[in-house]
Amino acid sequence: MRVGEDLNQALHGLLGDDPSVYVLGEDLLDPYGGAFKITRGLSTRFPDRVLTTPLSEGAIVGAASGLALAGEKAIVEIMFGDFAALAFDQLVNFASKSVSMYGRRVPMPLIIRCPSGGNRGYGPTHSQNLQKHFIGVPGLSLFEMSPFHDNRAVLDRMLALEEPCLLFEDKVLYTRRMYEVDELFTWELVEDVAVVRFDGDLDYVVIAPGGVAHRAIAAMRTLLLAHDLAGAVLVPSRLYPFDPTALLPLLGQVGLVCVAEDGSAGGTWGSHLAADLHPRLWGSLRRPIRLVSSADSVIPTASHLERAVVLQDSTISRAVLEALDG
Amino acid sequence: MNRLADEDLALLLLIRSFERKLLALFERGELNGTTHTCLGQEYVPVSLRPLLRDGDWMFSNHRGHGHYLARFEDPEGLLAEIMGRKGAVCDGVGGSQHLRRDRYLSTGVQGQSLPVATGVALHLKRHEPGGLACVYIGDGTWGEGAVYEALNMAQLWRLPLLVVVEHNGIAQSTPTELQMAGTIAGRAAAFGIAHTRVSSLDISEIRRQLAPLVETVRGGAPLVVEFATHRLGPHSKGDDTRPPEAVRTDWYASYQAEHPDQSARLEAAAGSRMDEIAEEVAARPPATWTAT
Ligand SMILES: Cc1ncc(C[n+]2csc(CCOP(=O)(O)OP(=O)(O)O)c2C)c(N)n1
Ligand SMILES: [Mg+2]
Repeated sequence: MRVGEDLNQALHGLLGDDPSVYVLGEDLLDPYGGAFKITRGLSTRFPDRVLTTPLSEGAIVGAASGLALAGEKAIVEIMFGDFAALAFDQLVNFASKSVSMYGRRVPMPLIIRCPSGGNRGYGPTHSQNLQKHFIGVPGLSLFEMSPFHDNRAVLDRMLALEEPCLLFEDKVLYTRRMYEVDELFTWELVEDVAVVRFDGDLDYVVIAPGGVAHRAIAAMRTLLLAHDLAGAVLVPSRLYPFDPTALLPLLGQVGLVCVAEDGSAGGTWGSHLAADLHPRLWGSLRRPIRLVSSADSVIPTASHLERAVVLQDSTISRAVLEALDG
Repeated sequence: MNRLADEDLALLLLIRSFERKLLALFERGELNGTTHTCLGQEYVPVSLRPLLRDGDWMFSNHRGHGHYLARFEDPEGLLAEIMGRKGAVCDGVGGSQHLRRDRYLSTGVQGQSLPVATGVALHLKRHEPGGLACVYIGDGTWGEGAVYEALNMAQLWRLPLLVVVEHNGIAQSTPTELQMAGTIAGRAAAFGIAHTRVSSLDISEIRRQLAPLVETVRGGAPLVVEFATHRLGPHSKGDDTRPPEAVRTDWYASYQAEHPDQSARLEAAAGSRMDEIAEEVAARPPATWTAT
């Protein structure tokens, strides 16, 4: 099963099971079924609750918040995650704050789906990972789609939080298979983190959100075959808030911890995570946590230029080698 | 002006003395932060009061004390909220501009509530037909894009959305002619949304004008009601930039001239009630925030 299909089926299942769930977004109706076809079939089965909207990201998120206030649950598809910027006020100043700013807790079951990321030649305004702009907002959680996390379980978990959640979905993942790993490695879930690893002593660990998982695993393969370095890739489902407690024993054993992410450099999720991990691992770290991301740059359209900016598997393997050598 | 029922006039004067009390408390340094009084605009929510039902949702803005008091007649809870004392409507977290109680909610970001009210109206249309979502906004708020995104959706989906515009001719320090091209009527017309202007200050007349129109909203026709009204006081506190001779029409001045005895009696009652409330609330312990 492809990741996009899994997400589509998860939405079908959720709408079928829970009559209070709405899906709102641009161009969702069949036969089109959304820009990435993730909502395909939904409007035919649930015409009353799958609503195609005007091009009004702010009002879509606002209306979804209104539904949530009135006791429903709402899932918004932002056509390209970049456009979540147009809903920043509704997300940061209304939906998230409403959970606590009225004294008593107000449930706001709300999911904002953000198809994100590059490597597809869509250019500077249709390829970004905007996670870093939403980190640290009280009442707002960040999740990322991954090939190792059942999408239905993730959707259920987000709605059960009764707080607005952003779900970042790397567009490249839609056509990749669920649960598929290189035959050199095994994987298991440790709480909400997928641990993909070489079976044996480890030289390093890479922590990577779902969209980067395949690139990190490809780097892990190169490092093993060409450099005889054994590693693990840790893929959390929830990026923020993130509790690394269950991972500390593993992280404390290895020679290098690296965080790999796809957003542009500077003020990133990885730097937040590293700042959180450094004091916790201070007694056992052998070197500083290494951060890798895309460049501090807009994302060019031409594929050779885009490749030079966006994080690749070679960016990760090079960083691990450099850090272990240094 | 038509004579008002004692109940209506008492509520109007309660709102007025509440706002006057706030300004006095600020002057004495007994209030923290900021506030926006609705002096001169009290009749807007009081006119609408009998036209709205408990099941209707109401979205208010920064200038919302009158909206809240006309709905709940709870000066104690509101003052406690503003003073951060026990019994505050929102435990002192929201303050003057961020109130929530039952189906009433206010926020401090201009224009933000319109899309939210649109979502609520969608729910009402599906599950509680006949209910409506009422949103109060000012003239300045028509500069925000969120207003137009919401109007478009509300009309497209035929939602029971009532937009009440308190057009007081000024936004903070900026007169309408420096911030608005065209008119509110023209903007509503662009969406095919019905618009009505209320220029009367007479509550009975206003209710007669609006009652049938509010019923059409309940049937799923959005409506913009534009009150031509007047802000008597400062935008916030001590920040009235208009020249002293600028016209400030006060509904109460006209009413009082025509109904002096009733006015004197109820004004005195409202004033002493507010004095007592302020004293009682000020003596309460600080609010505690239990939920996070
Ligand atoms: C998005 C946003 N921009 C600016 C402000 C600051 N502000 C608060 S009230 C106000 C003026 C609003 O004018 P209007 O809508 O006419 O309402 P009035 O104050 O006259 O009742 C401004 C600029 C704000 N609260 N929100
Ligand atoms: Mg105004």
